[in-house]
Amino acid sequence: MPKAIVDGVEVEFEHGMSVLQVAELAGAEIPRFCYHDRLSVAGNCRMCLVEIEDQRGRAPKPAASCALPCSDGLMVHTRTDKVKKAREGVMEFLLLNHPLDCPICDQGGECDLQDQAQAFGRDGSRFAENKRAVEEKYMGPLIKTIMTRCIQCTRCVRFATEIAGTEDIGLLNRGEHAEISTIEQAVQSEMSGNLVDICPVGALTSKPYAFTARPWELRKTSSIDAMDAVGSNIRIDARGRSVLRVLPRLHEDVNEEWLADKSRHAIDGLGRQRLDRPYVRENGKLRPASWDEAFKAVTDKFNATAADRIAAIAGDQCDAESMFALKSLMEAKGSKNMDCRQDGAVLGEGGNRSGWLFNTTIAGLEEADVVVLVGSNPRWEAPLINARIRKRFLTGELHVFGVGAPHDLSYQTDWVGAGPQTLSDILDGRTAAADALRNAKKPVIIVGQGALAREDGAAVLNMAGQIAEKYGAIQDDFNGFNVLHTAAARVAGLDMGFLPGDGGKGMGEIIAGAQSGEIEMVYLLGADEFDTEALRNAFVVYQGHHGDAGASVADVILPGSAYTEKNGMFVNTEGRVQASRLATFAPGDAREDWTILRALSGALGKPLPFDDLGALRQAMVEAVPHLGGVDQIAAAGWALPGVAGAMQDAAFEPVISNYYMTCPISRTSKTMAECTEVYMAGSLDQAREAAE
Amino acid sequence: MSALLSSLRSLLLLELVRGMGLTLWSMFTGRRVTVNYPYEKGVLSPRFRGEHALRRYATGEERCIACKLCEAICPAQAITIEAEPREDGSRRTTRYDIDMTKCIYCGYCQEACPVDAIVQGPNYEFSTETRAELYYNKDKLLDNGDRWEHLIAANIAQDAAYR
Repeated sequence: MPKAIVDGVEVEFEHGMSVLQVAELAGAEIPRFCYHDRLSVAGNCRMCLVEIEDQRGRAPKPAASCALPCSDGLMVHTRTDKVKKAREGVMEFLLLNHPLDCPICDQGGECDLQDQAQAFGRDGSRFAENKRAVEEKYMGPLIKTIMTRCIQCTRCVRFATEIAGTEDIGLLNRGEHAEISTIEQAVQSEMSGNLVDICPVGALTSKPYAFTARPWELRKTSSIDAMDAVGSNIRIDARGRSVLRVLPRLHEDVNEEWLADKSRHAIDGLGRQRLDRPYVRENGKLRPASWDEAFKAVTDKFNATAADRIAAIAGDQCDAESMFALKSLMEAKGSKNMDCRQDGAVLGEGGNRSGWLFNTTIAGLEEADVVVLVGSNPRWEAPLINARIRKRFLTGELHVFGVGAPHDLSYQTDWVGAGPQTLSDILDGRTAAADALRNAKKPVIIVGQGALAREDGAAVLNMAGQIAEKYGAIQDDFNGFNVLHTAAARVAGLDMGFLPGDGGKGMGEIIAGAQSGEIEMVYLLGADEFDTEALRNAFVVYQGHHGDAGASVADVILPGSAYTEKNGMFVNTEGRVQASRLATFAPGDAREDWTILRALSGALGKPLPFDDLGALRQAMVEAVPHLGGVDQIAAAGWALPGVAGAMQDAAFEPVISNYYMTCPISRTSKTMAECTEVYMAGSLDQAREAAE
Repeated sequence: MSALLSSLRSLLLLELVRGMGLTLWSMFTGRRVTVNYPYEKGVLSPRFRGEHALRRYATGEERCIACKLCEAICPAQAITIEAEPREDGSRRTTRYDIDMTKCIYCGYCQEACPVDAIVQGPNYEFSTETRAELYYNKDKLLDNGDRWEHLIAANIAQDAAYR
């Protein structure tokens, strides 16, 4: 390996690394603005200047270390007077036109420019002329721009073109007149919130969070996102009882350092339309009640109803603990009617765990050379997985095919068909996708819920599995068969078998049963994503955090907590077990969900065998061992999933019609409503036309 | 010998007599230092740190921009600020509370303020009959500012040369 000497420290590096990266390896701190690990190198801020020395002696002028490939035997000086002076000079230039309005800037306190001016700048400016001012640009409902603060590092331009795949932002003009500009429309990306994070100054700040708080006031909690099934690692910033913002946390194998807009900005919904006390329905109307009254109402009905006439449905944002507690309760009663698949996807019945996981893993997508998307729109179902596919696509070694309704996925996709028939064609080697799969070394099949949430879902799943087997996607150290989930709770539910037991009723049968009177009581654990009106005839207990579809038909409401308000386990679509942490307490009388179920079980006379979270987790891990391995993906092996059978002709329908509103939290969020208006205007018009 | 002298002095209360003598002498010749408060008041330094006030610009616009530096620096954590964009988009406080019972009158808040909005004015006569009256809100502070502006401005102008 080549070696370099940085400030007298010899360090080995890999070929192709820049001087800046090598210096970091050696532990030297180099200030930078435009350089970003995950973006292309621009070399335009000049803050990373260092002195370079080789056999011919010291270079006459300092070099921008981010853009200079390191060569063997190079000597790098980062602490000389010359470097110090160069940095001071650059800093003075950067601050020439910067308004220094830190007191009214939202970046204040977490600003790279502020910090580096302190550390590397001189104590004053010699610039006596007028500073320039730049007009604000419109970047949509999530990003506030104060363009005078911009230092033209072009990180946002590079992020938009490279990571987000939208060429909305650019740098216009030169020199004094250079300015970042947009095409005066909202940034067309589900990842636009990241622009705020990568902006090193306060030019791009978060619009919903504007002027709300200072970073030093916030209580920071490391947690897990529950808006989609990616399981992004997040940091929840809260003050008092309210969550003020959500930021991504670095996890190379999941979200890298990005976060999707819904995960970041739907949190204002956490403060609206909350269920903060129990309710009981009397004479057709819900009235506030005490916990005792609510429990009594549940207990009376529960004990008076036969086990096979009771059903439970778990929602999309439940933690594993509460689902396990509910499952234990149902088992104690002897009921087998439970389901966690609100959309009716045919997954998880018998068979191997690999049949419902994203087996390739998100990071594994970077090895793929052919991806076939089946009934999936990853851009909306899992923006960060879509970003990974795009990252691989940009290397030029990936070919993406789609089966289903065409979408703009921010990379080139060949839509080869719309429905199951195309899958048969691929299996029989007939389409272009089949040719590509045949030549692929690491083919990847991604099956979305759009292909599974239908009557022939099991057959489609089986067909996709057959395709994976036939084209060598199942290898010893690589599994190219993937199911892309949309619900954060789904994989944990499937793993622990929150599914109809032998002879038990599944989602469709529960609804039909409720209508026919066969099912008398339904326990909804945060389940809102189906036509709850169908449950009108049954006695519905809704345990959840928002007054949404589930609560509107409920006879008893037990107020639970949202994903930011409890300690819980989530399993992401890869099968990665992750622990979320309590950032704020649930409002009013609301409690953590497992404690409600534990208390209720006591009232029912069937006390669950755990009294604290530790004991519950222990019981859960005993039942489902791999849930104990936090941040690990248990090996799943392989078995052909689904059931071979006849498939219908109908095309795969998209499962998400509006990216910004998919759960009770995002539906009550004002920010998400604004986004819907701006971004979904077209789709809304279409939906309205379709409705007419 | 000296021990004998000092015992004698104590015995005859000579120190006391000398002290009383000084008092008697001052009564006729000394400068008068007490004032007839509250009808007379002592002279205050322009740096005097009394009751807080929030100032306005001459246009009537409040100075405070909700940067929260005073809140951050307050060692007694007496200041509470909440902010949001005002209708015209500018950064303003929706709440600016000072708990005067917590305040230790250190003056850090006015040192931290980049726009001279929060100041400790010359008023020291703000005792109240109830504790609740000492929880100042934004209205009270702005009112203080309006009431004392001429003195505060004069004090700041007077002290400006030394800053």
